[in-house]
Amino acid sequence: MTDTMMVAAPADLAALTGVELHHQVAQFLYHEAHLQDIHDYDGWEALWEDDATYWVPANGQNTDPDREMSIIYDSRSRIRIRIAQLKTGRRHTQTPRSEIAHVISNIVVTEIDGMELSVRANALVYEDNLRGETVWSSRNDYRLRLVEGAFRLVRKKVGLVNNARPIYTLSFLI
Amino acid sequence: MLDSAPVTDFNQLIEPTRVHSRLYTDPMIFREELERIWYRTWVYVGHESEIPSNNDYVTKSIGPTPVIMVRDKAGEIRMLLNKCPHRGNQLCAYKSGNAKAFVCPYHAWTFSNSGDLMGYALPDGYEGVSKVGVGLGRVPRIASYRGFVFGSMAGDGCSLEEHLGGAKAAIDQLCDNSPTGEIDLTAGFLQHRTKANWKFLTENETDGYHPGSVHGSVFQVTNSGIGELYSKNSSALTRDYGNGHTEFDLRPEWRKLDQPLAWFGTTSDRLPEYVTAMNAAYGSERARQIMIDGSPHTMIFPNLFIAEIQIFVLQPVAVDESIQHVTAVQFKGAPDINRRLRQQTMGSVGPAGLLLADDTEMYERNHRGAGILDPEWLVLSRGLHRERRDENGFLVAHSTDEVPQRGIWRHYLHLMQD
Repeated sequence: MTDTMMVAAPADLAALTGVELHHQVAQFLYHEAHLQDIHDYDGWEALWEDDATYWVPANGQNTDPDREMSIIYDSRSRIRIRIAQLKTGRRHTQTPRSEIAHVISNIVVTEIDGMELSVRANALVYEDNLRGETVWSSRNDYRLRLVEGAFRLVRKKVGLVNNARPIYTLSFLI
Repeated sequence: MLDSAPVTDFNQLIEPTRVHSRLYTDPMIFREELERIWYRTWVYVGHESEIPSNNDYVTKSIGPTPVIMVRDKAGEIRMLLNKCPHRGNQLCAYKSGNAKAFVCPYHAWTFSNSGDLMGYALPDGYEGVSKVGVGLGRVPRIASYRGFVFGSMAGDGCSLEEHLGGAKAAIDQLCDNSPTGEIDLTAGFLQHRTKANWKFLTENETDGYHPGSVHGSVFQVTNSGIGELYSKNSSALTRDYGNGHTEFDLRPEWRKLDQPLAWFGTTSDRLPEYVTAMNAAYGSERARQIMIDGSPHTMIFPNLFIAEIQIFVLQPVAVDESIQHVTAVQFKGAPDINRRLRQQTMGSVGPAGLLLADDTEMYERNHRGAGILDPEWLVLSRGLHRERRDENGFLVAHSTDEVPQRGIWRHYLHLMQD
């Protein structure tokens, strides 16, 4: 079902009505969340463009990741290493894997720029692992690019609401 | 020596090559550790570069206790306890800032940044009452070594330099890697929370037996040769500096390689600005040796871990909960290497780090295991038969041997019984 939605994505953003655009974007974000939930590492990695930035800031929402520490600040090559590590089966903090469920909501398309879109959304992620239960809450920003009729990830910022405080290990794909 | 004897008989729980699981899980022992270690010995609090200007402050901690580290209006570093002496209210709610005075939000008592009470709201109610002696709590002893600022909650005790002992050389080694001889800790801290007793963290920092298994996944996917440092034929050493300070000494391996910056996984031609600045600062021969030897991997008891390119500050908050505060070392006056230091730090440590997330998983499994009744004792005997003294008289052995852990417990026992 999700894959059908992906295939059905538009060839041209300008041709869509607001409702259609919102629907397509929502389907893409749900698809990404599903890949994360089921730990489909290859499927998730394949969503990323080569000029990717995967950013989880620390100590606020507007820090400068080129000057200050972030929880995650991955280029495309570091995303590849992160995924490769998860796939070794010896990423101990994900062996056994966390049980997770992403809930994505409050989706708003904030900008349309040619074949690219800026989107914001809120996310709640429930995690259960050996330590116990953790709820992660974030305000996310996405930059999506339409490539051959499907959305791809150019940039994803996961703004954890509690990122200025000590947080537990975050080793699943958020 | 403290006035009161410990409630726990620590001699019954700590032997030269094994320790009792209760040491990690007993809330009474945690309270005794606060009294006899965290609120007595020198504890690392913060770095001078975090408060460069007069009136700058950062909120830090000594164990579970919040401490405001401030450079007062005269430029002197102070450590104030974050508690209004009127009703105990949290005085400062921010992580950092610049303030000449702290005003309590509850009843507006106002304190100078050296901790003195400056004024009351509606002072007529305190007619005839002296403000002297009503100031903020202060950490009684503060001392700094090459920018690292430590505090001791005890009025008396050995000097910081006596406490650091041989481990001073590690701080020197770190600072020597900077062309200015100074480091900055200005990139902000990641705060990684874990449900584990602090001692599992302190012990792990110089445990050379775990990287092969815990971090094998990283060595595999990055084609890193680092795993070899912890293999059977490694010439790297574990060392016990005394006073609970321990290290991995990787220099024997780097000297065999004889390649500047191999310790950082790179080569001189990739960091030309840094190499030029180092040559200018130290002369090419000394600079070359510094860049071959690299940065230290040293755990300064109880809470400062110099992890080559990161500084970790370990904070116990409860018997079963600790926080790792970690940031990238920045060598003052070396922008090209600093960028890489930040990037590598973000990749490897903190809550999502390729290395530390797995260490931290182990801490939590260690801690849950310590709560299981049988066997009661945990074993620290590795390499006992091949311990030896180095040229300075410190105990050393193979990079995977448990010399550091035995040293930590020897010092711990001394503190807890003293």
